[in-house]
Amino acid sequence: MTKMDQTKRYERLLERYKAGDIDRRTFLSLIGASAVVAGVTGGPVSALRRQALAAKPDSVRFDGWGGVVSEAFRKYAFEPYEEATGIEVIDGTFGGADEYLNRVKTAQPGEFNIAHLSGVFDYVRYHNLGYSTTLNEDNIPNLQNVMTALQEPFRKVTGGRLSAAPYDYGTTGLAYNRDHISDEEMREKGANILIDETYKDKIGGWSDWRTRIWYAALATGQNPNGIEDMEAVWDAVRAHRDLALKYWQSGAELMSLLAEGEIYVTEGWSGRIAALQEQGHNIGYYDPPGGFGWQECLFVIKGSPMEACEELLNFMLEKEVAIAVAEGQKYPPALNPQKVDLPESITKLPAFDPTGTLSGLNFADPEYWNGNEAEWSKKFARVQRGY
Amino acid sequence: MAAVAAEERDLRPWILLSPALTTITLLLAIPTCFVVVYSFWLRTAAGGEQVGFYLDNWIEVLTDQFYRDILFQTFRIAAITTVLCALMGYLPAYFIAFSKMRNKAFLLLLLMLPFWVSYIIRTMSWINILGVSGAVNYVLTSLGIVSEPIQMLYNETTVVLGLIHFLLPFMVLNIYVSLEGIDPNLVDAARSLGSTPFQAFREVTLPLSLPGLAAGGLLCFVLGGGTYITPLILGGPTDAMFANLIYEAIIIQLNWPLGSALSIVLLVVLGAVVLLYNRFLGLGQIRKGFG
Repeated sequence: MTKMDQTKRYERLLERYKAGDIDRRTFLSLIGASAVVAGVTGGPVSALRRQALAAKPDSVRFDGWGGVVSEAFRKYAFEPYEEATGIEVIDGTFGGADEYLNRVKTAQPGEFNIAHLSGVFDYVRYHNLGYSTTLNEDNIPNLQNVMTALQEPFRKVTGGRLSAAPYDYGTTGLAYNRDHISDEEMREKGANILIDETYKDKIGGWSDWRTRIWYAALATGQNPNGIEDMEAVWDAVRAHRDLALKYWQSGAELMSLLAEGEIYVTEGWSGRIAALQEQGHNIGYYDPPGGFGWQECLFVIKGSPMEACEELLNFMLEKEVAIAVAEGQKYPPALNPQKVDLPESITKLPAFDPTGTLSGLNFADPEYWNGNEAEWSKKFARVQRGY
Repeated sequence: MAAVAAEERDLRPWILLSPALTTITLLLAIPTCFVVVYSFWLRTAAGGEQVGFYLDNWIEVLTDQFYRDILFQTFRIAAITTVLCALMGYLPAYFIAFSKMRNKAFLLLLLMLPFWVSYIIRTMSWINILGVSGAVNYVLTSLGIVSEPIQMLYNETTVVLGLIHFLLPFMVLNIYVSLEGIDPNLVDAARSLGSTPFQAFREVTLPLSLPGLAAGGLLCFVLGGGTYITPLILGGPTDAMFANLIYEAIIIQLNWPLGSALSIVLLVVLGAVVLLYNRFLGLGQIRKGFG
């Protein structure tokens, strides 16, 4: 079969698709199968694939953290969206942003559409790897209710445009068992409690290299966004490692370690600690000066059907949806409290900022942290193993 | 005509093997080639790959003491696990093989039961057994044997324990198959010639069951050496095995080229163990282990 023959074949296929003889999924399958058979990856296949993806899709794939958040999305956003548009939302989950990025890297364009990502850090990584898009903000009127302070960091990365809608925010503060550590002691020791020998084998910590370095910087009296003495920071990371019982890998493990009394103190995610408190555990939460603030966003990945995704984002930013999700995951929504009335269930959440400016939170400087990612993540892998 | 017929007969093994060979080629050989190619690329600052032929990853992996230390630690943990599995597995295998029970199949079924539960769930179950609020501590504190719960989890011992939990059935099955194949007349002959039961075991049963023990040992060592879930769930901050470094390089650091080089190193080292086994004992013993 010559290349010209293939092109004609694809054109005929496209005509059949446009005429409604075959549906979009069959069309994509057929051109995909043809491409595999012919060993073709570029040229007419990619051109036709783009056209197919630009057409109104049958489905949009959303990937998030699962659990109560996913349930809230399904009930308040996906079902109304499916009724209004006829587009199915395929709801997937992931265990972490790193793992998900690897899945995106190995996927075909358009396979993954919207992801509930953490932090500006991930936004930059996805952008640098060429996965960002440009949202048509006219299609997302609810974006006007979102805090400017949460949009600006994203706009800086992508030249004023947005590839994601900010969705919620929180902090990684210090969580402690009040049966063993008083509020006064926690306030007095701050981040240094994570390297306090009194609590050897009762200290925990997230296995994430950024968090380890951030809190080591605080423990050594340095600004996490401008560390001057990195050796002192590594020494503090080592000191924490030698005192820690366990590096936890997930929010579920964090909650289990604290709830079961395996550890008395660790840094923890504000929402997860609020959930523990709600369950009746005597766990305190303290954001030390310079504590770690972060935000989450709904990122639209390159190759996705943009209009359908924008419409879904607008559904997800509806006040009722954002509040229901926030109540489920216990992180304040990105909605500006100066523009949107938020119930007490939200205003009482840890890290909630009534001003809508987020000036009290200390976010990671993406340029600084991404610039050091390769070196620090690699070195942390060694330090955590005893080096 | 006879020669042609013989030629046709010669092709039959290949025809029968072709589905398996095709599957192995497509799902193992070709992907492994991709991994080898990847190992010569470089990670870019953004986390992508710089295509080319660079030896940087290999120089790092082969010259850095860090990787050698973790590889040694992995072998040490896998070896300890294998020896303990052999010691703990022989007795149940012996019991099942020489049991006079009518339903031996039931005992074998009990042995297979753990496989019905996910490996991760089985590993996590130790948290409920050995944790500060776990069953063991509950009993100890309830009986007044200890006043405070004992910290038993998140160290190398619990990693080995988790691996034994995972690997013991493989060992028992291999030893069982080996014991089952021993002609009982040989033991009777030894006894009739004046040996004690222990001497008969030492001089007849044990030597004849060694191939099964070795096959079980190989499986336990290779599977244990390649694991990363157990240290993640049951290990402390410094308890890592080589596969954890591969996971971190690929998933956390987005350094697929370095992760590929590390994967090849682990593949080659564990492959060398298999080859050594084959040189001295023959891989046919493993086949027996699967009945």
